[in-house]
Formats: sequence, structure tokens, C-alpha cells
Amino acid sequence: MIGLPELTAVVMLVVLNAYVLTGGADFGGGVWDLLAAGPNRDRQRDLIAAAIGPIWEANHVWLVIAVVMCFTAFPTVFATFGTVLHVPLALVLVGIVCRGAAFVFRSSGTQSITARRVWGRTFAIASTLTPLLLGAVVAAVSTGAVGRAAERIGSGEYLGVYVRPWLAPFPMSVGVLTVALFATLAAIYLTLVTSDPSLRQEFRNRALVSALVSVALGGVSVALSHDAAEMLTGSHPIFPAGGALAAALTVWCLWTRRFKLARAAASALVSLVLWGWAASMYPYLVPDMITIRAAAAPAGTLEALLWITAAGALILIPSLLYLLRLFAKRTLPVHGEARADTGPAQEPR
Amino acid sequence: MTDLFAARADMAVSLGFHIVFAEIGIALPVMMVLAEWMARRTGQQEYRELAKRWAKGVAVLFAVGAVSGTVLSFELGLLWPRFMQLAGPVVGIPFSLETLAFFTEAIFLGVYLYAWDRISARAHLAAGIIVAMSGAASAVFVVMVNAWMNAPGGAVIEAGHIVRVNVLAGMESPVAFAQVVHMLLAAYAAIGLAVAGIHALLILRGARLGLHRRALVVALMVGAPAAILEPLSGDLNGHVVARTQPVKLAALEGQFHTERGAPLRIGGWPDEAAAETRYAIEIPRLLSVLAYEHPDATVRGLLDFPRGDWPPVAPVHAGFQLMVALGSMMALVSLWGGWTALRKRDIASQRGLLRALVIVAPFGVIATEAGWTVTEVGRQPWIVQGVMRTSEAVSPMPGLTAPFLTFTLLYFGLGLIVVAVIRSMVRETEGAAPA
Ligand code: HDD
Ligand code: HEM
Ligand code: HEM
Repeated sequence: MIGLPELTAVVMLVVLNAYVLTGGADFGGGVWDLLAAGPNRDRQRDLIAAAIGPIWEANHVWLVIAVVMCFTAFPTVFATFGTVLHVPLALVLVGIVCRGAAFVFRSSGTQSITARRVWGRTFAIASTLTPLLLGAVVAAVSTGAVGRAAERIGSGEYLGVYVRPWLAPFPMSVGVLTVALFATLAAIYLTLVTSDPSLRQEFRNRALVSALVSVALGGVSVALSHDAAEMLTGSHPIFPAGGALAAALTVWCLWTRRFKLARAAASALVSLVLWGWAASMYPYLVPDMITIRAAAAPAGTLEALLWITAAGALILIPSLLYLLRLFAKRTLPVHGEARADTGPAQEPR
Repeated sequence: MTDLFAARADMAVSLGFHIVFAEIGIALPVMMVLAEWMARRTGQQEYRELAKRWAKGVAVLFAVGAVSGTVLSFELGLLWPRFMQLAGPVVGIPFSLETLAFFTEAIFLGVYLYAWDRISARAHLAAGIIVAMSGAASAVFVVMVNAWMNAPGGAVIEAGHIVRVNVLAGMESPVAFAQVVHMLLAAYAAIGLAVAGIHALLILRGARLGLHRRALVVALMVGAPAAILEPLSGDLNGHVVARTQPVKLAALEGQFHTERGAPLRIGGWPDEAAAETRYAIEIPRLLSVLAYEHPDATVRGLLDFPRGDWPPVAPVHAGFQLMVALGSMMALVSLWGGWTALRKRDIASQRGLLRALVIVAPFGVIATEAGWTVTEVGRQPWIVQGVMRTSEAVSPMPGLTAPFLTFTLLYFGLGLIVVAVIRSMVRETEGAAPA
């Protein structure tokens, strides 16, 4: 039955979905910064920086919304995650801080080239490790390991409760898969915003490789854990079937250079993974431990939260579209484009 | 270090760091918008250049504010899971509204910073105004959360769970209004005067006057009125604390014994063991007047309350003294500036005033940290006044010292780098870039 708690959970999932598609692509940009190679290396990095610059902070807020919704609507779940997953979440935070700060320091254009190299590296490495941990956290929740650990809080068993649930083969494989998926999203996005044929070609090839790697990693994840297999069979078959279809479509579109369609297909793929994950846990939020109903805040809170979200959507969605339109129109990177304002400074070549 | 202490210290460091950037995010957009508006009105390009230069700084500072705020939203669960389990349904409402506000802020900041030449001048100014308004709105809502922790109400709690809420509870706390006003004024005063001080210093050092005189004027337009109003607003906070949190009032005044016609103590050091405040200058009956508007009013002392309900008295008292001292000086210098402006003198040529502005530049931020110490340490041992103790709220995870040290180091390094980046930006304006 769909009541207020379920509705709230669905809205939360929509928010998370927005985060993985937008913030995820920003992380993926960092991955490609790390892997930038070839004679065009610096121009790849400039493209990434210019593409992320105006939007990453807004994209990042989706995560904060999900967190706030979680503690407002499902406070017990938030408390459980905060306790058992303290270590990886704290590391995620370190990653978020390093990444955001390094990105703006590099772009501020006031320092030496060496300093900017250091910021560039920090940004790239943090962008790669953070989604890895996020993916691992999400996977750890779905296997039920978090719920089992939560029951042993206070048992004095540190590793078993606070480390092993997420530092295990299956969560790690999902972490790597997350990185690959985000990288795919980013590479496709970059093909769309550049007007430079050679850069477009480079990112098309990268998108193709990362899409194929994602498919392989998806297979590894499934193989690695019977929990995962159970998860796939436990949820509606539409998710694995749809996911396979979306993956195939992504690769085909990239092969035939239909980039807009490729972006839609890759977005669908990532979303299906997320919704499949959620569906496999239903009606639990922490498998075998806390159901949506049991965790839900009083109805008054949920109602208010949903009203605020609705009002927020009314204000924010048009604003967000305006922001994206404003910056989607330009094609990047334009050499010597007047970026004197605040845009990322170009490395002298 | 106990885990409880580590968690408290971690929270204090994270908030103490975030609040600086939050204040900047509240006040600097107002100054940018004012400068841009002056550029339109007067046609003087220096104002526009000023707005652009400030915007450059905001791009960096806002990002640090955003990442440190993200850390906080997680830390509530990492450090205080039981608090959030209890209070989430109440404080979540103002927190959700805050999220809405800073989402708006982030979107329009993207427009403002990156679209100078992409949209019409009017649309650009409008984007700036939205940024300034949503920055203030963020502060309003998040301070309401804190107000609820200080004076909770509106929630029915059974067996450690909130079973029914008045959704406005988080926002209707009797201390919310006073705290919100005081915080907003603090942000405008602290950042306005800090920026004024930086430009005053550059003028004293002989930097190009065209830009810096205008910067000084705009910064003072924001900072000075707020700094003059801040002590009045603080008086209201004092009244409200007296009414809702008598233990905190006793601690911040160093009042151990219940007393009719209590004196106001200036300075001094409270000795908890001896239950007296030494070395203070006492002004007879003034505390009774300030707190209860009557020279003979009774002020309850700490000894009236169980020892287990006392906050650490010395830091609360010292923090309060520091805030008031710094606030008084900021107000005086602001009055001086206002007087100079009223007499139509050129502020940028009054070297005495410029020197005074340089001296008070850091006061606002220090006063803010001191004020929050009063509020937060003064609430101890409660995390939610009268409802939940901090020791009941802390995470059961052992080894909380590790995250405390990690985030302290991280923020320390980040703070140093931010200072270096901003300094090099300021240096750039010192040179003779054409106006
Ligand atoms: C620029 C910063 C600044 C300045 C100049 C002042 N304050 Fe303040 N004060 C703050 C910044 C601040 C703050 C950091 O913003 C606090 C912490 C919590 C809050 O709402 O505001 C605060 C809290 C605070 C409280 C405690 C409120 C509570 O716990 O609920 C009192 C009683 C005062 N202030 C009183 C004053 C007085 C009498 C001042 C006279 C000069 C003064 N403040 C100047
Ligand atoms: C308005 C939003 C704020 C909220 C919701 C908030 C919340 C909290 C919470 C949950 C704690 C831990 C529990 C406790 O010790 O009572 C805490 C402690 C603390 N906070 Fe705040 N806080 C806010 C603002 C600030 C700011 C801006 C500062 C700036 C310096 C600050 C300084 C501290 C300090 C020093 C402590 C530790 C107090 C102690 O344990 O002795 N707080 N706060
Ligand atoms: C526990 C307390 C707090 C939490 C959880 C919190 C959370 C956050 C978060 C997540 C952001 C990031 C927004 C983005 O991504 O753009 C943020 C930014 C902001 N916060 Fe806080 N915050 C807290 C305390 C405060 C306080 C005490 C103030 C000031 C009164 C404040 C004012 C702001 C402002 C103005 C911003 C906008 C960003 C900026 O200008 O730097 N916050 N906060």
C-alpha cells in the first residue's frame, strides 16, 4: 500500500536519482581529469573544468537534500547509517571537502602553475575515491550487512560492526562500478558540450570504453555476491532487463555517434540500477531490520516535508533549467574565451 | 580524550569553521549587489569592477561554505545519531527550508558568477539579489533549529520517539526571533567591517584610491548600521535568555548566588569550585535592570540549580564578555564612520578612522565565535534543553577522537589555503590595474 511514508521514500529516491545523474557526472569529470592523456591532455582538463564550473555546487545540493529528507522522514535510518557507516561516510566527507576546495582553488587563477597542478591532482583523485565509497555504502546497505552490524553496536567488536559491512568484495565491486558509470555519464556529457571535433572524438572513445567496463563490472558485482544475485532475482525483472537494454543502447549510440540519445540511454541505465536497488529492498530501508513504515516520522512531519518539496520543485526546477540553458548554449572549450571573470584559468601552454 | 568530548570538539570545530563562510555567504552578496547597483546608478565603472572582484572571492569562499555545510549535515548523524533520531522530525522542517534556500542560492550564484556577459544587466542584478536573499533565508532557518534546541516545544515525546509534532515547532521557539535577528546582524556587521578594514588597510598603504574608496563606502553601508544595531539586538537576546534559560543567564553573567538587585559584572573570572566570580568590575543593580527591567528584580544564581545542570561557567562567561567588548568597539567605530559621513567628509582621507577600521576588522568574526560559544556551551549539559543530554546523544562508535583530529587538521589546512588565496586576490587589486 502506498501511504505517506512510501511516497516520501519515493521522493527521496527521485532526489538521489537527480544526484547520481548530475553530481555523478561531475565526479566522472574528475575521473577523466585523472585519466587525461595524450597531446590534448590539458585541453581535456580545461573542458572538464569549464563544463563543471557553474553547475557543480547546484548539483551537489541534491545530496544534501537527500540527507535532510532522510533525517527528517526516517530518523532511525539516519541514526543507524550514521553509526554503522561512520567510517566510510567520514571518508566521503573528506573527499567532498578536498574535491570542492581543490576545484575552486585551481580555478581561482591566482597561483603558480605548480600549485594548480597539485589542486588538479587533488580534485581528480578525490573525485574518483568519493563515488567509490558512496557506491560501497549503498551496496553495504542492500546486502543487509548494515542491519546485522547495527544489532551488534556496543558489543565491543569494532571491525565487525564498523568496517566489515562495507569493506568487503561486493560493496567494493559496486563502488568501482559506480565510478565507471559516473565516468560514462561524464564522457557522454562532454561530447555534447564541446565543439572541438578532436575532443569530441576522444571523449566518445572514452565513453565507449567506460560503458563497456561498466557492463563487465556489473557482471563482476553480480558474480561476487549471492546477496547481489538474490537482489536481482528479488526485484522485479524489469530492472535487470531494462538495465541490459539501456546498456546495449548506450554502446550502440556511442558507436554510431548519437550522443544525445546515448546520454538518455546512459541516464536510464544508471537510474535503473538505482531503482532496482531500492525495489529489491522494499519494504525495508535497512534490510531485515527497519521497514519504511517503522522508520517513518509522524504524519505531520511527512506532510510538511512533502509540501516543502513540492513548493521547492516549483521554484527550483525552472531556476535549474534556466541555469543549465544558460550554460548549455555555449560550446566548450573556446580558446581565449574571455574567462576573466571567474571562469577557470587556462594553463599557459 | 573521551568520545563525548571528541564529538563535542569535532562539532565545535566544524561549526566554528562553517560559520565564518556562512557569514560571508550572507553578507558579501549584499555588498556585490550594492556595488553593481551603484555602477548602474552612477555609471562609474569602478563599482562594476569592484563587484567583479568581490565575486571572484565569493566563488572560492562559497565553495568552502558549501563543502563544510555538507560535512555538518552528515556530522549530525555521525556524531549525534540519537539526537537526530529524536529531533529529526522537528528540526528537519526548518532544515528542509534551509536546503531550499541554499539550493536557490547555489543556482543563482552560478548565474551571477559565470554569466556577467551572457545575460542583461538587469537580469544579472536580479540574480545577485536572489543570492543575497536566499543567503539570509538559509541563516534564518538554520538558526531556528538552534533556537529549538535552546527552547524546545511543540513535540510530544513518548519512549524516546517524537510521536506527534507541531510542524512549526522548530520555528516557533520563543528564542527564534531574537537569535535570528542577532545572527543576521552579526553576519552583516562582521563581514561588512572586515571588508571595510581590508580596504582601509590598502588605502593606508597607498593603493589606488578609485576602487578602494568605493569599496570602503559600500562595505560600511552594510557593516556599520548592523554593528550599531547589534548591541540593541543583543539586549533582546539577553532578555529572552533570562526568561527561557535561567541557568545559561547565570553562567554568562557569572552569577552564582541568587540575588535581588544583582550587579552587572564586567570581566572577572568565575571560579566554579568556590562558587564566586573574582576580579570583576561590578555595576550595582544593572543586571537586574538589563534582564528584568527592574532594579530590585531577583536574578537566580547557579547554586539554585543542581550541579549536574551547570554548563562550564568560565568559557561561557568569558565568551560573553568578549562578545560584548568587541561589539561595543565595533559599534563605536561604526558611529564614528557614520558621523564622518554625515558631515560629508571623505572617509578615505580620515587616517584615524581608517586605522580604527583596520583594528576592528577581525572583531566581528571573533565576536561571532564567542557568541556561539555562549549559546552552545551555555546550553550544556543539554543538547536539547531539558529534553536530552549531550551524553545521551553521542554516537556509540568508539574512537571518535580520530574523526575529530582528521577534520580539525583538514579545516586547519583549508583555512590556511583560503587565506593565502584571498590574500593573493587582494594583492592583485593593490597593483595598478586600470579602473
Ligand atoms: C558580530 C558579532 C556579534 C556581536 C558584535 C554581538 N553578538 Fe551576541 N551573539 C552573536 C554575535 C554577536 C552570535 C554569534 O551570532 C550569537 C550566537 C547565537 C546567536 O543567535 O547569536 C550571539 C549570541 C548572544 C547571546 C546568547 C543568545 C542565546 O544563547 O540564545 C546574547 C545574550 C548576546 N549575544 C548578547 C549580545 C550583546 C549584549 C552584545 C553587545 C554588544 C552582543 N551580543 C554583540
Ligand atoms: C544554527 C545551527 C547550529 C546547530 C543546529 C548546532 C547544533 C549543535 C549540536 C547538535 C551540538 C552538539 C551537542 C552539544 O554539545 O550540545 C553543538 C555543539 C556545539 N556547537 Fe553548535 N549548532 C549550531 C551553530 C553553531 C555555531 C555557528 C557555532 C560556532 C562556533 C557552534 C558552536 C558549537 C560549540 C562550541 C559546541 C560544543 C559545545 C559543548 O559541547 O561544550 N554552534 N551544536
Ligand atoms: C548544524 C548546522 C548547519 C548545517 C547542517 C548546515 C548545512 C549547510 C549546508 C549543507 C550548506 C551547503 C549549501 C550548498 O551546497 O551550497 C550550507 C551552506 C550555508 N550555511 Fe550552513 N549549516 C549549518 C549551520 C549554519 C549556520 C549557523 C549558518 C548561519 C547563520 C549557516 C548559514 C549558511 C549559509 C548562508 C550557507 C550558504 C553557503 C555559503 O554562503 O557559504 N549554516 N550549510
